[in-house]
Amino acid sequence: MDHEDQLSVDNLSIWRGERCLCRDLSFRVSSGEALQVQGHNGAGKTTLIRVLTGLGRADAGEVRWRGQTLRRCADEYRGSLAYLGHNNGVKLGLSPRENIAVASALLAVPITSNVDAVLEKVGLRTHADLPCGMLSMGQRRRTALARLLLANVRLWFLDEPLASLDVAGVTLLTGMLKTHLTGGGIVVFATHQTMDLAPCPVKTVMLETSA
Amino acid sequence: MKFTALIERDLRLAYRRRGELATPVIFFVIVTALFPLALNPDPALLRTLAPGVIWVAALLAVLIGQDSLFKTDYEDGSLELMLLSPITLEWIVLLRVFTHWLVTGLPLVILSLLIALLLDYPMQAVGALILSLFLGTPILSFLGAVGASLTVGLRRGVMLLPILVLPLTVPVLIFGAAAAGRAAVGDPVAAPLYFLGAMLMLAITLAPFAIAAGLRISLES
Amino acid sequence: MFVWFHKLASPPFFYRFADKLAPWLGWMSLLVILAGLYGGLWLSPPDYQQGDGFRIIYVHVPSAWISMMAYMVMATAAAIGLIWRMKLAHAVSAAAAPLGASFTFLALVTGSLWGKPMWGTYWVWDARLTSELILLFLYLGYIALNHAFEDRRTGDRASAILAIVGAVNVPIIHFSVNWWNTLHQGPTVFFGPKAEMPPSMYIPLFIMMFGFMLFFAAFMLKRLQVEVLQRERNTAWVRDLVGQP
Repeated sequence: MDHEDQLSVDNLSIWRGERCLCRDLSFRVSSGEALQVQGHNGAGKTTLIRVLTGLGRADAGEVRWRGQTLRRCADEYRGSLAYLGHNNGVKLGLSPRENIAVASALLAVPITSNVDAVLEKVGLRTHADLPCGMLSMGQRRRTALARLLLANVRLWFLDEPLASLDVAGVTLLTGMLKTHLTGGGIVVFATHQTMDLAPCPVKTVMLETSA
Repeated sequence: MKFTALIERDLRLAYRRRGELATPVIFFVIVTALFPLALNPDPALLRTLAPGVIWVAALLAVLIGQDSLFKTDYEDGSLELMLLSPITLEWIVLLRVFTHWLVTGLPLVILSLLIALLLDYPMQAVGALILSLFLGTPILSFLGAVGASLTVGLRRGVMLLPILVLPLTVPVLIFGAAAAGRAAVGDPVAAPLYFLGAMLMLAITLAPFAIAAGLRISLES
Repeated sequence: MFVWFHKLASPPFFYRFADKLAPWLGWMSLLVILAGLYGGLWLSPPDYQQGDGFRIIYVHVPSAWISMMAYMVMATAAAIGLIWRMKLAHAVSAAAAPLGASFTFLALVTGSLWGKPMWGTYWVWDARLTSELILLFLYLGYIALNHAFEDRRTGDRASAILAIVGAVNVPIIHFSVNWWNTLHQGPTVFFGPKAEMPPSMYIPLFIMMFGFMLFFAAFMLKRLQVEVLQRERNTAWVRDLVGQP
């Protein structure tokens, strides 16, 4: 795939309040690679991922996508990433099908006929028209996962993606990640559980809790 | 098409949570009903107070309703998706404020007819009252949305929002109440209505930028 | 010149710069204000209508003026802080707000004290006093938002938006209040146009305004030093300064 698909981070420093979450952090993730953000509870994994998406603010350093700083390519960057945070971004008052329609609109992709295929894939076919408020936590998480399959974006940012997923859900997600990576995508994720993405290359970055 | 999907989303959610949306409207009715009880049910007195009472109540009701504008989206993570969408955030915000006004502000404008009856507001002037609210309440929605965008991440936001926004709403209150008040005594109302219209244009063009910036800041830490 | 400005924006350099400049400005403001007071309270003649009561303008007018200037300073600095991400600019906004609010309060108090002999009541909904009251509310909103966030920098940036929205609104508020005031035929015009004042009356007024400006600048620098220290408390230079390891 395009060799320019690279996320590079140079000398990134992030402070939150009185705490320094990382100092002079540098790494690169290229097409086909996964990056696992590691660290204890409260080490700042979520914050780092949010900074990488452009939501959060760094105190020093640069994040570059395809060699350009995020501030310069903000629109293009937002069009090439998908984000799954702690919160699902799923409206409980809407059904999975309606949620997917909204997500497609926000991703600026046409709501195609493959909604059923996507729902089938994440295992929500039979619950597609129930309000998400009536579904289990795992099923809500699956609704959020469906978002990743809607648009052909290069970068996936997943914050604790395994939370509330059952065994089948974990298998589903691992499969999705591998397909994405072998297709030349990039995955940045944080998790406390073990996730086996072999044979895809997984880099790690460790956030130390410093005083 | 993507915009209609977003409007549809808000309207659908509003319909499914219609009890919650009725709160500002009920607030509006109850507050206006308190004035005759607190003051004096004398129709002549109520008639002179009606424009001010209706406008102050409408102002408070709209601002209270704005607190919910981004709150649930913030809590369930939908707001992050909006910020990360390749669609310009200012457009999304404009649509949100508009649909929110449609389901909270517009019912209030229509209901003010009933309040006008209760407070003995002259019926021949009711057109100007409705028009002033029709032009004024969207401005209040935009100003309230600026406050909501800045306080969405705060737990004390509910109390803070009116403090931030109320001083900014003074011109709307002045021109809105003046239009309603002058209409009641048969004076020309063109001037205040024009001012309201001008401010509405200003709000539509400038407020989305402030709201979008406010949301970005609220979500960045 | 530009290099010097750039250097000034660096917190440790600014801190030392302010440390040297602030006392000068402070003493100068004291002298100028004393001179202005002497001119205003002894040299200028009593007003033919208001007698000695008018002399409160020597405090009221400069306070009202500073209250508006401080808002401009606050909003301009807020915009600079947002656009160029300058830390010191946010500190300027945060330092200007309480000062501006205090001057607004002073203008309100002196205005209502003046109102008592003139109108027989402490508060009249005069256009200027009403505008000033709303300005006080704007300041209070800014201060409340600035302190509402756990992360100081988020508070700075959020309140900067509010300051800018407020600055766009201030002329509209001012205009609407004037319009409302003429509509309701309230008490009009505090004092006649300046041309009607003899020089012995308006020269002390200008001196007082200048003195208040110096006073504002001196206190601004002192407050800024505190803001800078708070914001930079984790840095090496602040630790050196306070002698902490």
